[in-house]
Amino acid sequence: MSYTRHVVAHLRKDLRIEWRAKDSINGMLFFSLLVVVVFSLAFDPTSYPTVARQISGGLLWVGLLFAAMTALNQSWSRELRNHVLDAHRLAPSSASTLFLGKALANFLFVSGVEIVLAPVFAIFYNLHPLGQVWYLLLILPLGTWALVCNGTFFAALSLRTRNRELLLPLVLLPISAPALLAMIQATTAVLTGDSEPGLWLRGLVGYDLIFTTLCILLFDLVLRED
Amino acid sequence: MQTRSIPKPLIWLWLIATFAVLAEGYRQAIFISPAEATMGDIFRIFFYHVPNASLALVPPYINLLGSFGYLFWRNTNPERAQASDALAIAAAEVTLVLTSIGLVTGMLWARPIWGIWWTWDERLTTYLLLWLLYVSYVLLRRLSSSGQTHTLAAVLSIFAAVDVPITFMSIRWWRTQHPGPVLTGGQVDKSMLPAIFWNIAGWGMWSAAVLCFRYALERRRQKLDAVKSQEFLAEGDARGY
Repeated sequence: MSYTRHVVAHLRKDLRIEWRAKDSINGMLFFSLLVVVVFSLAFDPTSYPTVARQISGGLLWVGLLFAAMTALNQSWSRELRNHVLDAHRLAPSSASTLFLGKALANFLFVSGVEIVLAPVFAIFYNLHPLGQVWYLLLILPLGTWALVCNGTFFAALSLRTRNRELLLPLVLLPISAPALLAMIQATTAVLTGDSEPGLWLRGLVGYDLIFTTLCILLFDLVLRED
Repeated sequence: MQTRSIPKPLIWLWLIATFAVLAEGYRQAIFISPAEATMGDIFRIFFYHVPNASLALVPPYINLLGSFGYLFWRNTNPERAQASDALAIAAAEVTLVLTSIGLVTGMLWARPIWGIWWTWDERLTTYLLLWLLYVSYVLLRRLSSSGQTHTLAAVLSIFAAVDVPITFMSIRWWRTQHPGPVLTGGQVDKSMLPAIFWNIAGWGMWSAAVLCFRYALERRRQKLDAVKSQEFLAEGDARGY
């Protein structure tokens, strides 16, 4: 099982770097907190609880998406220093282990932000979900994986272009549109209690499976090609 | 690099035939076809909207084929790989043109009939996302440095091709307001069919011509690049680097 060992080695390396610097977690946390504040300027969540329930699912994911995007770019650009990426390219391990390790690390970081952000959202927007809240325990990880998996892949892809910070959102957002739709609809269904999130959850599982496979298959091309 | 080009007279013949078919399509759409019962003359926009919007679904497959071709031949047959890549970029740009025409004509029709320029229904959203996907494809090609453009673009093209059916399904679950499929739904009066078919043929021929021109242009650009880098190398040799 050397494949798993390589993935774990990459994961541990990324976790250790993050543990020492805590750059991306702190950046993401503060960024998403700012997003919560800025969105509260757009509407009054306390006076309109129904409106708050209808739109905060979307706001939560948009905030997380933007926060994740800042971290995704960093997670690859730190590999450029001292030509670490070139060393990865020469390494005899499969290229997709590097991708999986990094995607898992980013997944853990963004999940950490969610654990802090979800209660903050509930408090600041005065949210009383009307549906079954335990569904969120499925929706949040599945949605996060959909964002982070494609995000890590396209951040690596934009690393090889001129305007890398600019290109990531331009490429990631259109590809993620179906996943974003599914997670926002599922979250809104839980918050408003109007419908069942089951259909959207299944959609998310399908999206995750398809795109994880595609990323693993194609990552070698992105990393090794010159 | 050897060149194989289509004989000039054939190109002219094709262009003349295209314009003749388009002219007949125009005559059918504007003068022959009767005004629609409820929508009146506004309906005639459909003779341009339906062909362009339906034809827009073809070049993405050509783009995907070109991208696969590039990835398949990139190490074994560079000449073929370059040709496939030229085909991919040509197809992507034709997709953009056709979806743009489809979106604009659709909005022109929606304003008088629905009373709004835009609504977030199934087909409109899907088309907008299709348009956005290929805009991002073209942008990626613009922004990436020359050596890696082909591979990165081919990878994105595969992602886009996988994404399109998923987007289509998920938006269908979401909502629907667009009139059903026009040709297969059996809602169209027989008197209007000639206008639709002439226009599909005309715009199809036009798209094929534009695709070929863009392909030829990209091939010439590739050859110019190759000549330039050869000259650069020769200059370096002459100076003794």
